[in-house]
Amino acid sequence: MPEQAPIAREEHNITVYTENHIGLLNRIAMIFSRRKINIDSLNTSPSEIEGIHRFNIVINETEEVVSKIARQIEKQVEVLKVYYNTNEDVIWQEMALYKVPTDVIAEKVKVERLLRENGARAVVIRKDYTVFETTGHREETDNLIKILQPYGLIEFVRSARIAIIKDSDGFNRKLREFERTEPGHEVVENEYLNSREKVFTM
Amino acid sequence: MLTQEKQAPTLPETDTVISGSQALLHALQVEGVDTIFGYPGGAIMPIYDALYDFEGDLKHVLVRHEQGGIHAGQGYARASGKVGVVFATSGPGATNLVTGLADAQIDSTPLVCITGQVFAHLLGTDAFQEADVIGITTPVTKWNYQITDATEIPEVLAKAFHIARTGRPGPVLIDITKNAQLQKFNFQGYTPCDHIRSYRPKPIVRQEYIKQAADLINSAQKPFVLWGQGVMLGSAEQEFKAFLEKSGIPAAWTIMGAGALPTDHPQNVGMLGMHGNYGPNVMTNECDVLIAIGMRFDDRVTGRLDKYAKQAKVIHLDIDPAEIDKNVKTTVPVWGDCKETLPLLTQLVEQKQHSEWLAKFREFEQKEIDAVIREELFPTSAEMTMGEVIQQLNELTQGEAIIVTDVGQHQMVACRYAKLNQTRSNITSGGLGTMGFALPAAIGAKFGAPHRTVVAVIGDGGVQMTIQELGTIMQSGIDVKILILNNQFLGMVRQWQELFHERRYSFVDITSPDYVMVAQGYGISGRKIDQREDLTNALQQMLAHPGSFLLEVMVTKENNVFPMVPQGCSVSEIRLK
Ligand SMILES: Cc1cc2nc3c(=O)[nH]c(=O)nc-3n(C[C@H](O)[C@H](O)[C@H](O)COP(=O)(O)OP(=O)(O)OC[C@H]3O[C@@H](n4cnc5c(N)ncnc54)[C@H](O)[C@@H]3O)c2cc1C
Ligand SMILES: Cc1ncc(C[n+]2csc(CCOP(=O)(O)OP(=O)(O)O)c2C)c(N)n1
Repeated sequence: MPEQAPIAREEHNITVYTENHIGLLNRIAMIFSRRKINIDSLNTSPSEIEGIHRFNIVINETEEVVSKIARQIEKQVEVLKVYYNTNEDVIWQEMALYKVPTDVIAEKVKVERLLRENGARAVVIRKDYTVFETTGHREETDNLIKILQPYGLIEFVRSARIAIIKDSDGFNRKLREFERTEPGHEVVENEYLNSREKVFTM
Repeated sequence: MLTQEKQAPTLPETDTVISGSQALLHALQVEGVDTIFGYPGGAIMPIYDALYDFEGDLKHVLVRHEQGGIHAGQGYARASGKVGVVFATSGPGATNLVTGLADAQIDSTPLVCITGQVFAHLLGTDAFQEADVIGITTPVTKWNYQITDATEIPEVLAKAFHIARTGRPGPVLIDITKNAQLQKFNFQGYTPCDHIRSYRPKPIVRQEYIKQAADLINSAQKPFVLWGQGVMLGSAEQEFKAFLEKSGIPAAWTIMGAGALPTDHPQNVGMLGMHGNYGPNVMTNECDVLIAIGMRFDDRVTGRLDKYAKQAKVIHLDIDPAEIDKNVKTTVPVWGDCKETLPLLTQLVEQKQHSEWLAKFREFEQKEIDAVIREELFPTSAEMTMGEVIQQLNELTQGEAIIVTDVGQHQMVACRYAKLNQTRSNITSGGLGTMGFALPAAIGAKFGAPHRTVVAVIGDGGVQMTIQELGTIMQSGIDVKILILNNQFLGMVRQWQELFHERRYSFVDITSPDYVMVAQGYGISGRKIDQREDLTNALQQMLAHPGSFLLEVMVTKENNVFPMVPQGCSVSEIRLK
């Protein structure tokens, strides 16, 4: 692309409310892969409403790109609604599991203290290994890897991010609107229109 | 072949036990389908078996290749405004649909494609002719769904038609496993779908944006309308004309929008884009308010985006929220079906005539006539040009024919010069640019608009991509006029090689069979000409011939389509030579 000003990428949390439909994950994932955009984290789960699924997707892109992606996702037939938020606008957590040799922990008091300081909780304790769990932001879960590495960390896994939007009042009322043949202004895609000034400054 | 007229079964009472295949065909009946383009095979045999009884109601056109089938479905849909229906078997039958699906998706053509699939219990076992059709077609369909149980058929089919035809139309594919086709179930009737809670075909129209748009238009000195296929997709031709005539604004079209306003309407200033007219391209960068109606600012239209209409305030009327600000930042977004938004806007705009501004377009037109058009349409050279063939055709059809074009130089020439009096008269592969589109699409167009003359304008390259569809013409007895403009080159690519690759003509020299003989082999009459004095007579013969006719016209080998906005250039850098 010729002469574009340097652009500020930022982590964005995309929240997608969908019908529970086989193949939809693929359809949504393709919207990213087609544009060569990496998905940093993807979580799908039930929402507060039975039958409605919720995707949490994290990408590192400019707001302009994210907003275009959001519209492309919302355009899919089985997608009810898409929101995107920066990290400031959401409460988010990731969960991590660490497997460490039990004898090391048992012998080294320091390790036990470090685990406690990092809010780790033992999930399983066996003679040969112990599995700890922590929940928090990326830096926090990452930090514990560094700490445990010298003590023979055997295995590590971290979950996708889940995020709650700070100023959302859930989806229940909106869903009832969608079920009407003529849904009202409020729930229809004017989200972007309303925030247009903010999103697109020319 | 059926020997006697059969009465198609009527819609069964609720609580009747029927097969999934029968339920499917009843669904098509209720949806008003009259024609199916298809090709049978193992995994769709139960549906074909049931179809045998529905022959009186559902006409099945046996194509020669599934790609031909889906392009025919597209031609049918584009000519008639109805949903095109296509059948194909599993595996290779289904994968042969992919090009047509991608074409229909990018050109917003409503289709419902039914593919057979292996038995549900065999899914994922690499069964014979199994392909992951849902996976393969996901990025090229508006919606797709696999049915493994017959009880789903009525509801899913109802959804399929609703999704294909509403909002921004598009192709839908329904993959039905063989067991579901065979399965008997308790039919509960068929109710067409009019609402899906997660699907909003049209955004709600916002009056405040209509008002803002009208204010901008009313205060504009040099407003300019660009229209596209959306006007036709919304059946808003009348509303569009009323808006134009009240506002007095000059209007130019994308090739997908051609014909929504008659060619000779005084406010029609011509074609936009890479091979569009001189005035509209230059004026895009001079107008003060740009009003885009049902067009998506394709890069063939805009050229270099960072130098596109930067001086103008932009109003964009589009049904698809994802199109707003996608390529061109809008000052006022008028979301909604233009059939609804245009009348609202017309109410608020002042009655005006922009005569001086319009006259400027005509000045540019004159320059273009002098530099390009006159020589193209009335050449002084010995050899024939594509333009003069189209010009002669105009004279004879008076602009009443449906012109179906393939892809390449002849496409650009036909779009630029064909006279179109009616809407839905220009059928071309715009977004995907699929060579091989025209012949099967013309067959479909004739089925979709049987009372109109259909002329397929095709290059010597493209015609060889789907020439097997001559067999479909032969068997169905349909009347399609095939006009091959033979320049003995893959002309459009050759033009680029000439202009941008130092005339290194790498693999664009293409030979042709004796088309007249090929046509004869299929029982289709034909003629080949290479002299100007035969042109009118040959075209007359083609048009007057009862039934299909193939006319091959030998044209200049190395002609170029001008004007041209070279790739990577701004629309105001349009070259006349
Ligand atoms: C070799 C080649 C050269 C080409 N050169 C040119 C060229 O010079 N000039 C040119 O114009 N094209 C050219 N094209 C075609 C080009 O690629 C695009 O296909 C074309 O410009 C798209 O036109 P469109 O935006 O009108 O139609 P579409 O792509 O069909 O878009 C229609 C738009 O209308 C909207 N819409 C649909 N329904 C409604 C409704 N009811 N109300 C409101 N909006 C609606 C849709 O959301 C969409 O945004 C060329 C193609 C080829 C193959
Ligand atoms: C399926 C497909 N393959 C390749 C192309 C690239 N392409 C675009 S135009 C063109 C040349 C077309 O030649 P011809 O059909 O003879 O038409 P002409 O340009 O000479 O009028 C080619 C190869 C295409 N558009 N579609």
